[in-house]
Amino acid sequence: MAEDFVIEMQHITKEFPGIKANDDITLQLRRGEVHALLGENGAGKSTLMSVLFGLYQPEKGIIKKDGKEVRIKDPNDANDLGIGMVHQHFKLVECFSVLDNIMLGVEPCKGGFLQKDVARKKVVALSEKYGLRVDPDALVSEISVGMQQRVEILKMLYRDNEILIFDEPTAVLTPQEIEELMEIMRGFKKEGKSILFITHKLNEIMEVADRCTVLRKGKGIGTVNIADTTKEELSRMMVGRDVQFEVEKVPAKPGEVVLDIQDMVVPSKVHKNNAVKGVSFQVRQGEIVCLAGIEGNGQTELIYGLTGLEKITGGKVLFQGKDITHATIRERSKSGMSHIPEDRHKHGLVLDYTLEKNMVLQRYWEPEFQHNGFIRRDAVRRYSDRLIREYDVRSSQGSETIVRGMSGGNQQKAIIAREIDRDPKLLVAVQPTRGLDVGAIENVHKQIVAQRDAGKAVLLVSLELDEVMNLSDRILVMYEGEIVGEFDPRTTTVQELGLYMAGAKKQQGVQ
Amino acid sequence: MAKNNFLGLRQKSSGILASLLCILIGLAIGLVALFIINFQHAWGDGFIRIIQGGFYDFPYGVGKTLTSAAPLIMTGLSVAFAFKTGLFNIGAAGQYTLGAFGALYCALMLGLPWYLCLLAATLFGAVWGAIPGIFKAYLNINEVITSIMFNWIGLYLVNEIVYARGTGAMYDAHNTRTWKLATNAPQALIPSCGMSELFHTNNTTIAIFLAIVVAIVVWVVLDKTTFGYELKAVGLNKNAAKYAGINEKKNIILSMTIAGALAGFGAGLFYLSGGGEWNPLNSTSLPAMGFNGIATALLAGSHPIGTIFSSLFISHITVGGSFLPTKYFPTEIADLISGIIIYLCAFSMLFRGRIEKLLLRDQDKTNVNAEPAKPKKEGV
Repeated sequence: MAEDFVIEMQHITKEFPGIKANDDITLQLRRGEVHALLGENGAGKSTLMSVLFGLYQPEKGIIKKDGKEVRIKDPNDANDLGIGMVHQHFKLVECFSVLDNIMLGVEPCKGGFLQKDVARKKVVALSEKYGLRVDPDALVSEISVGMQQRVEILKMLYRDNEILIFDEPTAVLTPQEIEELMEIMRGFKKEGKSILFITHKLNEIMEVADRCTVLRKGKGIGTVNIADTTKEELSRMMVGRDVQFEVEKVPAKPGEVVLDIQDMVVPSKVHKNNAVKGVSFQVRQGEIVCLAGIEGNGQTELIYGLTGLEKITGGKVLFQGKDITHATIRERSKSGMSHIPEDRHKHGLVLDYTLEKNMVLQRYWEPEFQHNGFIRRDAVRRYSDRLIREYDVRSSQGSETIVRGMSGGNQQKAIIAREIDRDPKLLVAVQPTRGLDVGAIENVHKQIVAQRDAGKAVLLVSLELDEVMNLSDRILVMYEGEIVGEFDPRTTTVQELGLYMAGAKKQQGVQ
Repeated sequence: MAKNNFLGLRQKSSGILASLLCILIGLAIGLVALFIINFQHAWGDGFIRIIQGGFYDFPYGVGKTLTSAAPLIMTGLSVAFAFKTGLFNIGAAGQYTLGAFGALYCALMLGLPWYLCLLAATLFGAVWGAIPGIFKAYLNINEVITSIMFNWIGLYLVNEIVYARGTGAMYDAHNTRTWKLATNAPQALIPSCGMSELFHTNNTTIAIFLAIVVAIVVWVVLDKTTFGYELKAVGLNKNAAKYAGINEKKNIILSMTIAGALAGFGAGLFYLSGGGEWNPLNSTSLPAMGFNGIATALLAGSHPIGTIFSSLFISHITVGGSFLPTKYFPTEIADLISGIIIYLCAFSMLFRGRIEKLLLRDQDKTNVNAEPAKPKKEGV
C-alpha cells in the first residue's frame, strides 16, 4: 500500500429493475488530486457517486476511507466522513439568504439561539481563502446560477469536507464562470482537498484533472493519467469508437427566405428595458444561422417572441412569407416550426408523463394519434418505440418510463427526436447539446447538419463557441438585445467573436 | 414488455394497498377511541356496528348507504378531477350549494321534470366552478382562496333567495325548509325503478347508477382522450403545455367548470332523490358533502373509479355510525373514524413509497436469481 488513497470504491455493483447501473466498478481517489469521472449519459456516473454519498446502497462491493472499510448508509454518514457533493440540480432554499443556506443543518447555536455571527465569520473567511466571492446576505432566488453553485461549494467547505464531489458542475455555467470554477478547483487541490469531478466535457478534464476514470454502460473501462492521454483517446474509451470533433459538412446552399424577422421588440421580465431591441435578420432554406452571445443578452426572449411563448411589442415575424406575428403557438407549430427549448424541464417535457406521452407532445392531436378525440395508444406506442430506437434514447422501461426518472442527456435526446422527426421547415434549436456527452453531441450535430442539407432552415442559439464555430453557416452576435455583428465562421476567429460578445466592438450597419 | 406491464400494475396495486392500509389504521384508532368512551360496549355495540354499516339494518341501511354515496361520488369526482389537472377544488361545497338551488328552483318554481332539474343543477354548479377558474387563468389568483370565498358567497346568496325573509315561494315556513318534492313536485323526483321498494326506503333511486356512469365517463375522458391529455399536461406542467400549443388558460377554466358541474350534478342527485330539503336558516355550515368529497378523492388517490369505492366505504361507515346506540356512543364516532382515515391519507404517499420498496425488494430477489443465467448466454 504505497499509494495514499483517501477513498477507494472496490467492485461496486448496483442494480435497478431492468438495468445494471454499476457493474463491478473500482474507483480509487488519491489525496489531493482532481479525479475526473467520465462517461456517456446513463453510463452510471451519477449512480456511483450516489453510492459514495450514501443515497444508494450497493448490492456488492466495499468502500474504504483512508484504507479502512466504512459503511455509508445516508448522506449524514457521508458528511461525517468528510464527503461533500454539489448536485447537478442545486439543493438550496430559494427564499433563504446565502448565509442561511450554508449553515442550514449545522447551525451554530447557543442556548437555542442562532449564532449567525459565528457562521458569518467562517463563511467570509472561507470565501476569501478560496476566492469564492458571494454576498452572504443575498437571497438565493436573486443570485445567478453561477453564484448559487458557489453557495453549494461553500456548503461543503463550511462542513470541513475533504472530499468534494462535483456532479456535472459546468453544465449550467457560462464560459467565464467555467473558467472561474476551474481556478477554484485548482485552489482546492493546493489545499490538499480531493476532488471527484463528474463530467463529459473533455476540454475541462484535460485542463484541470490529474487522472480520469472512464465508465461505459455501467462498467469501468479504466483509469488513465491525463498527462499521458489525449482527448481522442478519452472519447474512444468513453464511447467505444472514434469520435469526430469537427462536423463534416459541405458548404451551404441557401435557398429561399424561410424566416424573416423585422425590428422585433420583446420586453424583459427582469428589468424595465426591452430585452430585444429591434432585431432584424433572415434565415434561409439550407443554412444554419447561429445566434451567439453571452447568456442573458436577449437570445432567450428573442426565441420566446419567435415561437410565440411571449408576445412581442414591436416588429414583425414573417414565416414562409406569411405574417405570423400574432399567430398562436399551435399555428406556428402546425405551419412547420420546430422548437428545441432552452429549458427542457420548464418547457420541453411534462416530467411526470411517460416517455411515449412526451414523444407526442407536439403531435397528439394529429389524426395519426387520435380518433374522434380518443388517443390511439397503439399508434403512440409504435411511434415512440421507433423514435427511441432511431435516436438511441435510453431509459429503464422504454416508452413507459416516467421522464422524471431519466438522465438529463436522454431527456434531451427525447426532445431532439421529437422535434426533428416532425420534419419541420424551420428548426429552432436553443442550446441543443446542453448536458450531452461527446458521442451524443456528435450525433445531434450530424442531425442538425442533415436537416440543413435536406433544405431546412435552422436557427441555432448556443453559448458554446466551439459549437458556434463548428456548426453554423452564418453567425450573428447578440449583445444587450441587439445584433452587433454578422460573421462567416470560415473567416472569423473565436477571439474576434469574444470581443463582440463582450460588447467591446460593434459592426456598423448590421441592424 | 411483460415486465413493463408488471411495473405498471405494481404502481397501481401499491396505491390501492396504501389506501387499504389507511383504512385499517383508521379503524384501529377508532376502536381505541370506542374503548376509551365506553369500554364495556366498545366491541359488540360499537365497532362491529360501524363495520357492518348499512348491513346492520338490511336492507334499509344499505339503501341509505347508496342514497348518500351517490352525491358523495360526485363531489369526490369533482375534487379528484381538479386534482388530476393540478387544481385544488376546495369549492365543491359551494358548487354543490348552487347545484341544490338550481335543482330545487327548477323543481318547485318551474315544475320541470327531473332530468331538466338535474341539468340545471349541473349548470349552476358549473358556473360556480368556472368563476374561480377564470380568476386563476387570467389573474393568477389561487383557486383555493377564491373557491373558499365563493363557498360562502354561494351559501348566503342561496339562503337569501330561498328564504326571502320568510316569504320565499320555495320556503315551507312550517318545516323551516324548502317544500318536500314528494308532495309539491313529484315530477322532479329521480325515478326509483323499484329501488326504494327493494331497500324499504323512500329516497333510494337510480342516482347511484347515474353517479357510477359519470365516474366511468370521467375516467375515460381523463385517461383515453386528447382532452384529458391536455388537461393533465396543463396540471403537471403549465409551461410545457403552453409550449406544446395547448391553451392553458382555456384548460384551467374548463377544468374548474367541469369540476363545478360534477359537484352540482351531485347536489341534483341528492335533492332530486328526496334525500333532504334545503334549510336556508342554516348560515354557519356549508354542505358537508362538499368537504367529504375532498376526503373520498384523497382516499381514492384521485382515481375516478377509486372514488366510487371510497365514497361507498365512507357512506358505509357513516351509516354504521348512525346505528350506534346513542346511550353508549355519539353518532359522530363514525365521522371521527373517517376523519382519522382521511388524515392518514395524507400519509398515503409515504405508505405507497414503503410498499413499493417492499415489492421492489421482492423483484430484486428475482433479479438475483436470474443472474446466473446471464454468463451462460454470453458464453454461447
